[in-house]
Amino acid sequence: MGAANSCTQTCGVFMSFALFAEQVLNGLQSGIMLFVMAAGLTLIFGVMGLINLAHGSLYMVGAFAAAAAAAWTGSFLLALVAALTGAALVGMFVEMLVIRRLYDRDHLDQVLATFALILIFSEGTRFFFGSFPLFLDVPKVIAGPINLPIGIEYPVYRLIIIGVGLCVALGLWLLISKTRLGVQIRAGKNDREMIAALGVNISALYTFVFAIGAGLAGLAGALVGAIQSVQVGMGEPVLILAFVVIVIGGIGSIKGAFIGAILVGLTDTLGGIFLPELFKLFMEGSIATSLGSALASMLIYILMAVILVCRPQGLFGVQG
Amino acid sequence: MTLLLLENVTASYGKAQALFDVNLNLKEGELMALMGRNGMGKSTTVKVIMRMLRGTGNLLFEGRDIMGLPSHRVAQMGLGLVPEGRRCFRDLTVAENLSASARLGYWSLPRIFELFPRLGERQVQVADSLSGGEQQMLSIGRALMTNPRLLILDEATEGLAPIVRQEIWVAIGKLKAETGIAILLIDKSIKELREICDSATLIERGKTVWTGSMKSLDSQTLDRYVGVS
Ligand SMILES: Nc1ncnc2c1ncn2[C@@H]1O[C@H](COP(=O)(O)OP(=O)(O)OP(=O)(O)O)[C@@H](O)[C@H]1O
Ligand SMILES: [Mg+2]
Repeated sequence: MGAANSCTQTCGVFMSFALFAEQVLNGLQSGIMLFVMAAGLTLIFGVMGLINLAHGSLYMVGAFAAAAAAAWTGSFLLALVAALTGAALVGMFVEMLVIRRLYDRDHLDQVLATFALILIFSEGTRFFFGSFPLFLDVPKVIAGPINLPIGIEYPVYRLIIIGVGLCVALGLWLLISKTRLGVQIRAGKNDREMIAALGVNISALYTFVFAIGAGLAGLAGALVGAIQSVQVGMGEPVLILAFVVIVIGGIGSIKGAFIGAILVGLTDTLGGIFLPELFKLFMEGSIATSLGSALASMLIYILMAVILVCRPQGLFGVQG
Repeated sequence: MTLLLLENVTASYGKAQALFDVNLNLKEGELMALMGRNGMGKSTTVKVIMRMLRGTGNLLFEGRDIMGLPSHRVAQMGLGLVPEGRRCFRDLTVAENLSASARLGYWSLPRIFELFPRLGERQVQVADSLSGGEQQMLSIGRALMTNPRLLILDEATEGLAPIVRQEIWVAIGKLKAETGIAILLIDKSIKELREICDSATLIERGKTVWTGSMKSLDSQTLDRYVGVS
């Protein structure tokens, strides 16, 4: 009797621990996708000093490119390749046509012009694909769950997303800190006129950085689009989160974007699940739920405010 | 053979004209001093040569018109700049500063560290944390790493301790003796310029007022246009 009782208790603890671990994984997964999105944003802001509101549009472009490629070829892998290259190419053209005229302008001009780009991208996509959401299906082999230790069941696809995001983080870190191109990008951040006067084609370099950022946004759009849905306007909510991430992490810092994204992903996911539960401990159920979820939706902004009060330049930002 | 030629060059900052008629003829392997009082347009001339500031008139490098080229193309053709104020990439290490814009040729990291041993000892130090003299050496090394045919040094000894200035002058002397690179020098120390340079071009209020060999530069002219003799 006593033994059986203690078993249910331990099993219960394991059960809730598994649930908690699953939520942590969810938070990680959404945080890491947020990083893939925010990496480009912070690079573009940090290196070129450009506020690009249209970064969310590139996220959408990637998702639509993936949906179209998947419908055409039937291959999910090709769909991801299409998302990455499609968004990078679109990014490259947009940079050469519009964005490069904005580097020397003030932030208000940049915001206005890139906001116009959002409208153009949204209406353009609506024109070609219609307003209904498209669906991008994850292949059956990786759609199902896998058993992890201590009874955690977790979808393989989401684990893959985490893996892809980590590879992107590693690749970007290597690019920026270890390659000559990365050295030139950082040099340009310090003194753009000088690196040009030493023989580096800085405008080609900027186009390249923008295209990389765009490609990554597109990849994130496709990867997340396969979990949610692919539709016009999908990029803007993520854009806002991505701005929160780069402000928390420190503008221009890839490392900061990574830590910031994970923080935001975890706070958002765990807060949404556990705050209402927490409130239920000391108030009536329905009030706890509504109050808890209301507070949860503000949680990342509270996090941002707290971090900015302590470190106005963000976690890894440079002062001044 | 003429390496760099400026004829009737003018330039403005917005509405304020800074150069009115700059003429300069620098031969291969030549060390030329560009002299003039404060604010007469020496650095502005350099900016026009490097295509960092728009100018008019003739600007030729190795006989090719470079007035329409972007800055990076001019640099790729063989102009190496050590700018006024050093302008090292402050967040980059010494080694990164040197390799950011390196092009193949005589100059490589080991050769730079041979010329400036202090830099060799500080390869992984961030430029921002270097002393003024070390930053100046880094700025020179960085320009040399592009393996230029013509090195432009704008106030390379300004604001440095006498002993460090001496190191810089020794390095410039070595460049002249060992590599045959052409150098356009702007500096406040007239004595050193007179010792080391083959020729001089003097400008006043954005106009070339005197040009010739350093030997033929008399103290009267020097006094009139530079203010010291
Ligand atoms: N960025 C700028 N904007 C406006 N005017 C400028 C700028 N830079 C220089 N000038 C003006 O152009 C003129 C020439 O300046 P320049 O820097 O070429 O002089 P300089 O001969 O190099 O002087 P110094 O010996 O002090 O370095 C000066 O009258 C200066 O005030
Ligand atoms: Mg000057």
